[in-house]
Order: sequence, then structure tokens, then C-alpha cells
Amino acid sequence: MKRFFSIDRDIVQRLGFSFLTIMAVVTVVPIISVVIYIIVQGGPAVSWEFISAMPHDGMRAGGILPAIIGTIYLTIGTAVFSVPLGIAAAIYLSEYAPDNRLTQLIRVAIINLAGIPSVVYGLFGLGLFVLFLKFGTSILAASLTLSIMTLPVIISASEEALRSVPQPFRTVSISLGGTRWQTIRRIVLPEALPGILTGVILGLERAAGETAPILFTGAAFFLPRLPGSVFDATMALPYHLFVISTQVPEMPIQIQYGTALVLIVFVLGMNIIATVVRSRARAKRQW
Amino acid sequence: MQPADLPQAKVSIQDLSLQYADGTESLRGISFDIPANQITVLFGPAGGGKSTLLRCLNRLNDLTEVKKLDGKILIEGENILDPKTDVIALRRRVGMVFARPVVLPFSIRSNLTYGLELAGERRKSRLTEAVERSLSQAALWEEVKDRLDDPAIALSGGQQQRLCLARVLALQPAIILLDEPTSGLDPISTGKVEASLQELKKTYTVVLVPHSVQQAARTADFAAFFLQGELVEYAHGEEAFTNPKDQRTEDYVTGRFG
Repeated sequence: MKRFFSIDRDIVQRLGFSFLTIMAVVTVVPIISVVIYIIVQGGPAVSWEFISAMPHDGMRAGGILPAIIGTIYLTIGTAVFSVPLGIAAAIYLSEYAPDNRLTQLIRVAIINLAGIPSVVYGLFGLGLFVLFLKFGTSILAASLTLSIMTLPVIISASEEALRSVPQPFRTVSISLGGTRWQTIRRIVLPEALPGILTGVILGLERAAGETAPILFTGAAFFLPRLPGSVFDATMALPYHLFVISTQVPEMPIQIQYGTALVLIVFVLGMNIIATVVRSRARAKRQW
Repeated sequence: MQPADLPQAKVSIQDLSLQYADGTESLRGISFDIPANQITVLFGPAGGGKSTLLRCLNRLNDLTEVKKLDGKILIEGENILDPKTDVIALRRRVGMVFARPVVLPFSIRSNLTYGLELAGERRKSRLTEAVERSLSQAALWEEVKDRLDDPAIALSGGQQQRLCLARVLALQPAIILLDEPTSGLDPISTGKVEASLQELKKTYTVVLVPHSVQQAARTADFAAFFLQGELVEYAHGEEAFTNPKDQRTEDYVTGRFG
């Protein structure tokens, strides 16, 4: 009797594990398929000319250089605003803020900001930066809009990273005559840096791939030249992909998939950097 | 209530009362003097207020929310509980070793120079001198002199605790506070730390919360018995353990409770 039950349990357990394994594999299938499909479809279109030349023939031929450059500009622009602000806010919340109504409110606001649909950010950016502040449809307005969208990600990840630095480090540093800021700068920030970097890269990567927030704030349908200042509009990879897939008749399909491939390489590249940074830091961690 | 022939006081605690906001531990009307160049032991069962008192002596209690704090702590005549006290300078003068060794995530050398660098010391000769001196005083120099740039975390638990002691000594404080510094150490490491303390008291004023009555008896020049936030008895070390005046002290040192 006893033996019967134990065999039974064993089978149930094996079935359970198999089921979970299958589920885990199933989740990976779509991601892998997307990447493979885009590589197969877009690979032939990607050449040196494709990533280094201006488009011509109504974007049906030539390269996508202005879109690549534009996405790089927007990513840098987003980083300029969101990284210092986000890390500063995280340091305040983790290291200085008292636990009161105000900081609870700030935290709730940050969590909810992360849940706002990106097109709403786009509309907000149009109202505030493009029209009210008169930045026009520009790299500046688009970068600011993307920054607002990215901030919650950077703040949450950075705060998490700062909080995971063991409390005794702070106590010891204070007991050795350190000020709070010395403690943060010399111990807490260096220890939290890999986690902060991971959050920053993940946030920027999201910004780089977004279409909706730049739709009304900075993206151009087509520009014959590269943007010359932050007040110029710019082409960008995700918006370019949308345009050539829906707005341009008789668009060669390889160019669409080629553009998608370049965008994915850009975004996945950042993702891989984040993963490497994190795993290296974890291997080095001494606590 | 203190021994009549107490040597010159380094610290004078006057009617100190404290209550934490979360109601955990408290101190009630504590008054006694801590003599210079002696080992003064604060002992008693957990929750008696020993650690709390220790943390008041270098104002680490500032990091915890305190509901009520009355009385004075005079160090060389200056009331350090005064809000105008320069706490940074105070903490350099009153060093603290914690129960669990916490080495900072740096090399052995950087752990030792950390406090001095915070204080603005940049001269390499001074830093190098401080490293060797403090490690020797903490009886660790011979063991680590060839690997000062290794990560401190690679040291054994006993070595780490001696490094923590050395880190405090590097600042050349006047007073050293030790909160159960050997609670996680093996007997050999414990012996080394206790031996260092006997050396150190020649230069420094030592205040120790021991992790056992036996350690209290072994190390104390003077001993203060704390029970539920009150100072019950304060006497010469030997007297407190062999001939206590208060019944509660006797019950505790003979192992009837605690």
C-alpha cells in the first residue's frame, strides 16, 4: 500500500515537472521565432550601404542612416535628462527620504507613471514641450518626452539597487566619522552601480524602441539630411519602420524587415550589455 | 553608586534616560563615571540597555528614532548630547567595534585608511604608518602584512573582527567601544582580541559589552551591571563578580538567571 502511494507520488511529481518544463519552453518559442523570422527576412537587405547611406527613391531604396542616427540621438538625449534625474531621485528615496506621506505619495506616483500607455506620454509631450514650451517637433521635445517615460524604470531599478546594499556598511561608515554623503558616494553608490546601470540600460532600451511618444513630438516622416541641432525633427528607427510598413506603397518587404532587424540588434545589444554588467557584478560581489 | 577609589573619569554619565520610539529598549536615570585607561565592562541580560548606552557614547543612537533623551554625557567635560556637538569629530574620538565583523567591500588597506581619508588625510606616509600601527595594535600585522591589497572579505571571521578593531585604532580615538566583539568568534580569536584589549587600555579608554559573564569577569577593571534599563551595581571588576553587593547582581553572576 505504502509503496503504491510512493510510486504514485513519484509519477505525479514527474508529470508536474514535465508540464512546467514544457511551459517554460513554450514561453521562449515566440521570442526565438520572432528573432529568427526577422533575421531570415531582413538579413539579405542589411549591407554596409543599408546602414550607412541616405534613403532615396521615396525610401524604397538606399539606406536607413538618418533613422539609425536619429535613434542614437534620441537615446543619448533621453539619457542626458533621465539618468541624472532618475539616479538623484533614487538616492533621495533610498537614503534620505523619511518614511512619511509625501514619500509614499512619490513612490505611488512613480509606480503609476510606469503604467501609463506610451501614447499618452506622446500627447503630453506634444502639449507641454512642443506647443507650450515652443520646442517644436524636435529631438529636444522627443528626448524630454521619452525621459519622462523612462524615469520610473530608472528610479525603481536604482532605488532597488541602493536598498540592496547592506545596512551595516552605512552604520560602520557613519561610526568611522563619515557623513551621509561620504557614505553614499564612497560605499553605497559604487556597490549599487551595476544594478543602477542595468536599470538605466533597460530604461533607455525601452525608449529607443518606442514609437508613440515620439510620434507627435520629434519624429519626421522623411528628411533628406541629418538633423543639425536639437531643435530639428529627426527620423527614428521605430517610427521609420511604422512609416515604411504602412504609409509607403510598393515598399520592398526586405527593407521593412531589414529595418526591423537593425532596430532589434540595437535594442538587444543594449540588453546584452545590461546582462553582462549584471552578471559580472554578481560574480564580483563580496557580500 | 560607584567605587570610591575610581581613577580619573574620562566619561561622566549624568542622569541619562532614553526611550526608543518603537519602545524596545530604554535607559532610566543612569549615572556613573567611566575611568580613563581602564577596561569598563557593561554587563547584564539582553535588553538591559548596555548597547543603547554604548551607542549614545558616540551618538550612533542618532540613527535610530528616539522618543525621549534626557541627561548628560560628559567626555572630558564636554556634553556630547548637546545638539551643537560636532558628531563627526566625536565619532573619530569615540570608535566602535560591532558584534558582527563588518568589513567594507574594499581591500584590507583601504578598510584601514577609510576613516582617515574621510577626515581628509591624503599624505601617503601618514596612511601607510596608520595601517602598520593599527594592524600591530590589533595583533593582525604578521598575518596580513604581505597581502594588504587583498579584499578584506577573504579574511577569516576572527581576522575580520581584528581588522574592524584596527580600523577604529587607525583613527587614534580616545575611547574604544566594543559591543560583544567576540560573540561570533572561536576561543582562540577571542583570546587574541582580549589580549589586545589589555594592551590597548594603556593608551585608550575601553568600554566593553562582553558576550558572557565569564568574559566580563576575565576582562573587567570596572564592571557595571545593567538590568532592564537601570544600573544596578557598579564596582571594581573583581568585586562585582566575587562579592557583589546587590542580590540581583549576585543572582546573575552565579547563573541563577540570564
